[in-house]
Amino acid sequence: MEYEPVIGLEVHAQLNTSTKIFCSCSTEFGAPPNTHICPVCTGQPGVLPVLNKKVVEYAIKMGLATHCTIARVSRFARKNYFYPDLPKGYQISQYELPLAEHGFVEILVDGDTKRIGLTRIHMEEDAGKLVHPGSFTDTPYSLVDYNRSGVPLIEIVSEPDMRSPREAGAYLRTLRAILRYLEISDGNMEEGSFRCDANISVRPRGSEKFGTRTELKNMNSFRNVEKALEYEIERQIAVLESGETVVQETRLWDAAAGVTRTMRGKEEADDYRYFPDPDLLPLVVEESWVEDVRKSLPELPSEKRDRLVSQYGIPLYDAEVITAEKAVADYFEACVAVCDAPKQASNWVMVEVLRELKESKREITDFPVTARHLGEMILMIEKGTISGKIAKTVFAEMVATGDPPEKIVREKNLIQVTDQEAIEAVIDEVLSENPEQVDRYRGGKTKLLGFFVGQVMKKTKGKANPQMVNKILKEKLDK
Amino acid sequence: MSLPAYHTVRDLSRALQDGAVSSTEITREYLDRIDRLDSQVKAYLYVDPDGAMAMAREADTLIRKGEASPLTGVPIGIKDVICIEGIPNTCGSKILQNYVPPYSATVIEKLKSEHVVFLGKLNMDEFAMGSSTENSRFQVTRNPWDLERIPGGSSGGSAAAVAAALSPAALGTDTGGSIRQPAALCGIVGLKPTYGRVSRFGLVAFASSLDQIGPMTRSVWDAAMLLNVIAGHDPKDSTSMPREVPDYTEGLEEGVKGMRIGIPDEYFIEGIDPEVEKAVRDAIEALKDGGAEVVRLSLPHTEYAIATYYIIATAEASSNLARYDGVRYGYREASAKALKEMYEKTRSEGFGTEVKRRIMLGTYVLSAGYYEAYYRKAQQVRTLIRRDFAEAFEKCDVIMTPTTPTPAFRVGEKTDDPLQMYLSDIFTISANLAGLPGISVPCGWTQAGLPIGVQFLGATFSEPIVLRAAYSFEKRFPFADRYPDLVAR
Repeated sequence: MEYEPVIGLEVHAQLNTSTKIFCSCSTEFGAPPNTHICPVCTGQPGVLPVLNKKVVEYAIKMGLATHCTIARVSRFARKNYFYPDLPKGYQISQYELPLAEHGFVEILVDGDTKRIGLTRIHMEEDAGKLVHPGSFTDTPYSLVDYNRSGVPLIEIVSEPDMRSPREAGAYLRTLRAILRYLEISDGNMEEGSFRCDANISVRPRGSEKFGTRTELKNMNSFRNVEKALEYEIERQIAVLESGETVVQETRLWDAAAGVTRTMRGKEEADDYRYFPDPDLLPLVVEESWVEDVRKSLPELPSEKRDRLVSQYGIPLYDAEVITAEKAVADYFEACVAVCDAPKQASNWVMVEVLRELKESKREITDFPVTARHLGEMILMIEKGTISGKIAKTVFAEMVATGDPPEKIVREKNLIQVTDQEAIEAVIDEVLSENPEQVDRYRGGKTKLLGFFVGQVMKKTKGKANPQMVNKILKEKLDK
Repeated sequence: MSLPAYHTVRDLSRALQDGAVSSTEITREYLDRIDRLDSQVKAYLYVDPDGAMAMAREADTLIRKGEASPLTGVPIGIKDVICIEGIPNTCGSKILQNYVPPYSATVIEKLKSEHVVFLGKLNMDEFAMGSSTENSRFQVTRNPWDLERIPGGSSGGSAAAVAAALSPAALGTDTGGSIRQPAALCGIVGLKPTYGRVSRFGLVAFASSLDQIGPMTRSVWDAAMLLNVIAGHDPKDSTSMPREVPDYTEGLEEGVKGMRIGIPDEYFIEGIDPEVEKAVRDAIEALKDGGAEVVRLSLPHTEYAIATYYIIATAEASSNLARYDGVRYGYREASAKALKEMYEKTRSEGFGTEVKRRIMLGTYVLSAGYYEAYYRKAQQVRTLIRRDFAEAFEKCDVIMTPTTPTPAFRVGEKTDDPLQMYLSDIFTISANLAGLPGISVPCGWTQAGLPIGVQFLGATFSEPIVLRAAYSFEKRFPFADRYPDLVAR
C-alpha cells in the first residue's frame, strides 16, 4: 500500500526583546548563570508578573506577517507542571484565547508554492535550564540556571498541512525567514532560540481520515527535523504493514543513533490544568495598535522574492535563495545598484558569496567584501577590464584583504590586455616560435587554434582579452 | 503596666506630632507589652525590637524636623504573609520556615516611606487558609477576650495583637473574610478594600483573584488613615486599579442621614447566634435613628457563595502553592534521593493538613474532565453573585449584615470538622467573590464577654461611603478604650 504522511509542527521562537516577558531582567544570552534574575523570574513568594508590551507588539507582528486574525481580547493562562527549571510550578502561556489565529504561510517546494495553515500564535515565558555535572544519567546533583526563565517565546502551531519532510523543512525555513525579516527573533535552532516539535501520522494515500500520530521532540536543526520525520514515517509504515497499530505517544529523536525512541505514552501525559492567570488582566489589543504595527511591517521574504523576480528579471529559484536572509537580499540589491547586472550579481551572491559565508561561518554583515566592491568588480567584468577567470582571483583577494577591486587589479597588474598591437606582438612571437604547429594548422589541423590561444594566454599571464586573441590568431593563421 | 495612653492611631499620631510623646517611647511601650503578654496571646511569630527601635529613632528625628506625615513613628504589626525584605516570612508554614524575602511588598514600601515602625510579623493560618489561626504550623493564637477561644482567622495574629494592645494597628489580608471575621471575633475594626484598591505585590498569594490587604485597627478613622497610605495603583500589580486615592478620612463626619442601608434576607438565617442577631439588629436601629433609610433586599445567589468560593480559591491556591517545591528556597526534605521523591516528601512534610486538603481540592477541580463542571461553573456563579450585588446597590448605598454567625468558638472546637469551620465565613465570602469593600466594626459584646461584629459592604470603590456608615455607627458605639482584662491586669 502507498502511504501519505501528515505533518503538523509546533515552533517555539524566542523573541529578542531586551527584557523578559514579565519582569525587567535582561534577556542577554550567555551571561554567567543566575546573573539575570530577580524575585519575579525566580518565583519568590508574593511576586506578580507584569506584561512587557514589546512582547505583544512582536507577537502581533508575527501574527500579521502570517495573515492571522489578531484577537481583540486574549488571555494568559497557567500551564501547571512540576520541574526544577520552572520556578513557579506553572508556565504563563496562552490557552483558550490566544493572541493570533487562523493564519497561513506559503512555502516553495520544487518551484511550486503551497499554503500551510497556522492554527494559532501565542505568547509564553521560557523556563530556566538544568545543568548536570557529569553525564545526565549518573550526575550526583543538578544545578539550575534561571537566566532564561521568563525570556519571551511565541509558539506557532501549524495545521496538519504538510505531506513530506521536505515540506516541513521548507515551512521551518519560511517561518525562520519571516521572524528574521521582522527582526523579532534570531531563529537560531542550534542555540535553542528556535525550537520545533512535530506531530506526524501516516495514512493510506487517498484516505481522508488521519492516522494515529506521534509527537517528536529533541530535534535541534532543520536537517534533524527532516531526518527524524523520515525515520518516523518509515517506522510508522512498518508498524502498520506488520498489522499492528501506531501508539499515540511522545518520542525523542536520537540524532547520534538516527532513531526516535519512546519518551512517554498517552497515559503518562501531564494534565496541565490550564486556567486563566488571575494575576494578569485580559489582554486588550486596540484595533489602532494593530494598524500601527501593520504599517511598520517591512517587506516580507515572499514579497521581496517576487519583487526581485519582476524588478530584476532573475529566476524564481535565485530570488528564493537570495531572500532567505534579508541581509543577503539587501546585499544583492546594493550590488546591482552599482553594477546594473542583476543576473551576474545573483550568480556571484548565490555561488561565491554564500559559499564563502558558509565556509567561514560568517554573517553577510561581517563579510569583508562589501556589496559596493562586488558591484564594482562585476562592472569591471562587464566592461572587459578583467576577464571572468581573473575575477575569481580578484574575488579571493577581496575576501582575504577587504580591498576594493581596482586596487587589487592595479597592484597585481591584472588588467585585461585589449591593446590590438600588444596582442599582435605576442601572437607574432608565438607563431614564430612554433613554425611546425603553424604549418600543421595551415595544413588543415585547425584544432591547434586552442594550443596557440593557450600559448598567448600563458605569455600574458591570462590577461589578454580572449575574444581578441581568438580573432587576431585566426586572421593571422588563415592569411 | 496599664492601658495604653493612646487608644487609636489617630490620637497617637496627634500626640507624636505635638511632641507629647516620642516614637521611641511608644515603640518601647508596645515592645514591653509584647514581652509581658504575648506568651499568653501568641500573636507574634517574629518580633524585631532592634529594627523597630531604630525606625522609631529615625521617625523621631523627622518629627523634630517637622518632616513627619500622619503615620510617622506609629508602630504597626504585619501579618506574616506580607514580605518585608530581610525579615523572615513564614506564612505560618513549615515549608517557608527559614524563608527571608529578598524584597519588600509594595504596601511595606509605602509604609516605610511614611516612616511607620514595624514591630514584627503576626501569626496566621498556614497560607491564610483557615478561620481560627489554629492552622498555623507554629502556634495557636488566643482570643484576648477569652484565652480558651480562637481569635478567628486567618489574620488571627493581627486581630489579637490589636485587641490586646500589642500593636496600635496591623495589616491583615482577606481572601474570604480573613480580616473581617477575626476583627469581629476580637472586637476591633477590619477593612477589606475593593479588589484592586491595594497592591498585592509582595503579598504571598493564596487565591489571587480574591486576596486583598487591609488595615486592622481600633477605630474606623484609623482604618481610613492606613488605607490612605496603602491604597493606589502599583505598576508591579496588573490587577491594581489606576484610580485616584481620595483622603478617606474626609467626609467621615457627614453622617448617614438619607443613606439607604440594605438588609439582605439571606444574611439573617437560622443558625445565627441570637445574641449576634440582636446586636446587629440594634446596630441597624441605631443607624435608622441617625437618619438612615433601611431597605430590605435579596441577594438570591448567596447560598452558592461557599461552594463557589471553595472551588475558585482552591483552584488558584493549588497553582499558587506549586512553587514550594524545595528547589530554590524554604523547606526541603533532605533524605530524598530523586526529584519526584523530593517533591513528594518536601510537600507532604512542609504543608499542613488544611493546606494539603485545599491543594488537592483545587487540583481536582482544574483536572481534565472536571474543569467544566467545577471551575467554569463556579466562575459563572461568581458572575451571578456579582450581579446580585450590582442590582442591590441600585437600591441601597451600603449593605449591613452580621460579620460572623457566632462569636469566637473554643480552641479545638471545629478543627475536626472543616465544613463547620468553612461556615464561619458564610457572611464574608461573597464580598471577595464580588470584589467589594467590606468593613467589620464591633457592635456589642455577648454576656460571656465576647465581641460581636457588624459588617458594612459597599459597591466597588465605595470605600468612602462604607467608611462613613461604619464611622457613624462607631460614634454611637465607641469601643476603642475597651480592652480585655489581661491588658489592664
